Amino acid sequence: MTLDPEMAEIAKVFFQESREGLDVMESGLLSLGATADTENINTIFRAAHSIKGGSATFGFAEVADFTHGVETLLDQMRNGVRPVTPEAIQTLLQACDCLREMVAATEAEKPHDKDRIAALNADITHILGEPPNQAPTPGAPSGTADAAAAQPAAANESSGWRIAFEPVVDLLRVRNEPTRMFAELNSLGAFTARADVSRLPPLDELDPESCYLSWNIEIAGQIPRARLDEVFDWVDSRCRLDIVPIGSCAPLLPEPVASAAAPLPANLAVAQRGPASGAPVQKTAGESGSIRVATEKVDNIINLVGELLITQSMLSGFADGIEPDDLDRLRQGLSQLARNTRELQESVMQIRMLPISFAFNRFPRIVHDLSRKLGKKVELKLSGEGTELDKTVLEKISDPLVHLVRNALDHGLETPDRRLAAGKHESGTLELAAFHEGGNIIIEVRDDGAGLNKAKILQKARERALIAEDQDLSDEQIDNLIFMPGFSTAEQVSDVSGRGVGMDVVRRNINDLGGHVQISSKQGVGSTIRIRLPLTLAILDGQLVRVGKEVYVISLLAIVETIQVARERVNTLAGRTEVFRLRDEYLPVVKLCDQFGVEPDSRNATDGLLVVVESDGKRAGVLVDDLLAQQQVVIKSLESNFKPVSGIAGATILGDGTVALIIDVPDFIREAVKRSGGAVTAHAA
Amino acid sequence: MSTAKTTAGADKSAAETSEQYLTFMLAGEEYGVDILRVQEIKGWDKVTRIPHTPDYVLGVINLRGAVVPILDLRRRFGLETIDFGPTTVVIVVRVMNGLTERTVGVVVDAVSEVYNVDAADSKPPPDVCGSVDTVFVKALATVEEKMLILLDIDRLIGNSIADEVSPGVAAA
Repeated sequence: MTLDPEMAEIAKVFFQESREGLDVMESGLLSLGATADTENINTIFRAAHSIKGGSATFGFAEVADFTHGVETLLDQMRNGVRPVTPEAIQTLLQACDCLREMVAATEAEKPHDKDRIAALNADITHILGEPPNQAPTPGAPSGTADAAAAQPAAANESSGWRIAFEPVVDLLRVRNEPTRMFAELNSLGAFTARADVSRLPPLDELDPESCYLSWNIEIAGQIPRARLDEVFDWVDSRCRLDIVPIGSCAPLLPEPVASAAAPLPANLAVAQRGPASGAPVQKTAGESGSIRVATEKVDNIINLVGELLITQSMLSGFADGIEPDDLDRLRQGLSQLARNTRELQESVMQIRMLPISFAFNRFPRIVHDLSRKLGKKVELKLSGEGTELDKTVLEKISDPLVHLVRNALDHGLETPDRRLAAGKHESGTLELAAFHEGGNIIIEVRDDGAGLNKAKILQKARERALIAEDQDLSDEQIDNLIFMPGFSTAEQVSDVSGRGVGMDVVRRNINDLGGHVQISSKQGVGSTIRIRLPLTLAILDGQLVRVGKEVYVISLLAIVETIQVARERVNTLAGRTEVFRLRDEYLPVVKLCDQFGVEPDSRNATDGLLVVVESDGKRAGVLVDDLLAQQQVVIKSLESNFKPVSGIAGATILGDGTVALIIDVPDFIREAVKRSGGAVTAHAA
Repeated sequence: MSTAKTTAGADKSAAETSEQYLTFMLAGEEYGVDILRVQEIKGWDKVTRIPHTPDYVLGVINLRGAVVPILDLRRRFGLETIDFGPTTVVIVVRVMNGLTERTVGVVVDAVSEVYNVDAADSKPPPDVCGSVDTVFVKALATVEEKMLILLDIDRLIGNSIADEVSPGVAAA
C-alpha cells in the first residue's frame, strides 16, 4: 500500500515506535516468567495496544488484525481470566518475532509470511479457546485497570451507543485526527455524527490548527464497549468523553469515564508514545529526557567541531614562530582555546553516544531461547549497561557479540548433569560486562563453563596446519588460535555454532572497528573474552608518519612498537621480500613507498623506521622515513566525494590544512601479502 | 537537489529557454559546463596523492573541511600534459552520483567566459568529436562564431571515478 508523503513520514515514526514497542513487549515477556505481576502485563499490553492502534490508523490491516489476537490474550491475562503459562509466553514471544517481521515487511512494502501468521494465529486462538479461569476472585492478581472488565456484562452488550465527544482545543496539534477515529467507528457499525459548532469563534479569531468542534455520535450494532474505548484510547486524556448505551436512560455514572482514563499516567504515556504524536509537544513524566536526532545533523556538528580543532592546531603551530612579549598571553589564550575545543568536542560527541544496553537488551531473549533449545540452565548477568559508546560502533558490535554469546552457550557452558558431575551449580552463569578503561570501551563475555580444551585446540591447529608441528605456544597463544580462519573445535556441527566460520569473522569485525579481541580461559573453570573498542569512529588517535613528501596517519591502536633495525637483523626471502627479526619472531617488512607508489628518502629497511603494526593477529613492520607527531585526527570519508580506496580507511585534515590519508591497517596488511604474491605471510602473533 | 531539478527542468523546456554555460580552455578547445553545477573556481594548489588510482586522479584537497578529489581533464581525455601555469585553475563542480551529490574539482588550462546558449544553437554531437568521447558530450553549440563542446559532467565524472574508461578515450 502506498501512503501520501506526509503520512509516510508519520508512518516512519510508527515503524520506529513499533519496533521499540516490540522490544518492550519482549523484555516484559521474558521477565514475566519469573513474576506474573500486573504492572508488567499492563506494560506489555500497552505496547501491543499502541502497535495495533497505529497499524489500524495507517491501514496496515494484517498487522492490526494479528496484534488484535495478541492483545486479546494479553488483556485476558491482565484481567486474571487467563493463566500466565510458559507456553503462552512462548507463543507471545513468537508473536513478537512475527510482528517484528510484519512491521519490517510493511515498511519495505513486501508481502507478509502468511503461513507463519496463520500458524501463530491458530496457536493464539487455541490458547484463547481453552476454558478461561473462573471469574477473578478477590485477591486474584488483578490490578486497578480491571475496571472495564469488571463492569456488568449488560453494559458491554447493547444495540448501540451514544457518544458525546468533546476534544480539547489542541487535539490536532498533538496529531490526533478525529476523522480517522470516525472512520474506524464507521467500520464498527452504522454511524452518524453531529458536529456541535457552538465553540466555533468568529472567523478572524479562528486558529486553523485548533479543534473547536465537538460531536454527538450514534453508532448502531452489537459492539463491545472495549472496542469503543480502543478508538478513543489515544485521546481520552484530551477530551470529555461520555459513552452510553442507546436505550439506557440510566444517568451516566462517572465510572465509565474514569475507566477509560485509568490508570491515567500509564494511558497518558501510551498517548504520548502513540505513532500519531509526532512532535514532542510536551514532556510527560515517563520520558527519559532524550531526544531523537537525525545522525546526519549530529555528523554535521561533529564536522564543525573537527574544523575548530584544525583551526586551533593551526594557531598553535603559528604561535611557535612569534617572538614579542605578548607571546605568553597568546599561549595562554591558545591553551584555553584548546581546552574549550576539547570540551566542546566531547560534549558534542556525547550526542552520538548510546548506552550499550541497546546491544545488551537482546541477550535475555537469545539466552532464553537458546538455553531451552540446548537443554542447559543459564543465568545471564548483565553489568555496565549504562556504559556509552558511539552509535556506529554499537551497531557494528552487536552481531559479533551475539556470536560470542551463542558460542559461550553452545561450547562453553555444560549441560546440567555434566555441571553437577563437575561439582558446579547446575545452572551456568553467563556474564556480559561493559566498562571504560583508559579511553577505550571494554566488553567482556564471561562464562563459568568448561573452558577451552587446550590439548584439543593444539591438535586441531596442527591437523589443519595452522601452526607448525613443533611450534611451542604459550597458553594464551593457544587460546587465541580459535580466532584463526577455518578453526572450529565443536565435535558436531550444530545449527547454533560450529561451522568453523565465526571466530575469525568476529575478530575481523572487531578489528575493522579499530578494536581488539582476546580470550583467556581455564579448563573446567570458564572462559573470558575481552573486546577492546575505541569510543568512537569519528576521531582516532593517530601516529603521523612521513614517507618522502607524503604524510600518512596510522591508528595508535594498531601500532605495537616502532623500532630501528640493525643490518644483521634484516634478511631477504626468495631474493625479494625482506623480513626482520624482532626478538624471537620474524616479521615481514612492508614498504609503504612501494605499496602506495611514493618516492621515499630511502628504500633501505635499516635507514628508516619500522612501525610494527598488528591486525587480525598478524604482525608486520611498515617501513617509513620518519615518525611525526601523535595527535587525535578527525576522520573524513573519502567515499563521500570519491570512492573507497584499498588500504586507506579515510582522510583527515592536518594543522596546516593539507589532507593526510589514514591507513587501514588490516586491509593494508592483506593487500601487502597479496602483492608479495604470497611469498611471505604476515606472522601470526 | 535543487540543482538537479533545475537542470532536468531546463532540459525539458530547452526549446524556449537558454542555458548558461561556463566555458574553459583545454588544449586550444573550448568546453562548457552547466553553470548551475559549478560551485567555485579556485587556483591550483598542492594535492595529497591517493594510491591505486588512475593517473588523471591527481589527489585530494581540503575544501573547507571536505575532502575533495581533483581530476586532471587533460589526462582524462588523453591529451598531452603541460606544466600548470598561472592560468591553470580548478573548477569545483557538483555532480550527481545516483541519488547523492559529489563535489569534485577538475583542473583545466584556463576559464574563459559565461555564455547564454540557446537550445536552437546547440546540436547533438557527431560520432567523433575532437579528442573527447562523445558519450561525455551533451551537445555542440555555436556562440559568436565559435564552437563550444558542452560536457555531460555527471557522466564524465561518474565514469572517471568508477574507472570505466570508455573505448573512445582509451584509443585517444
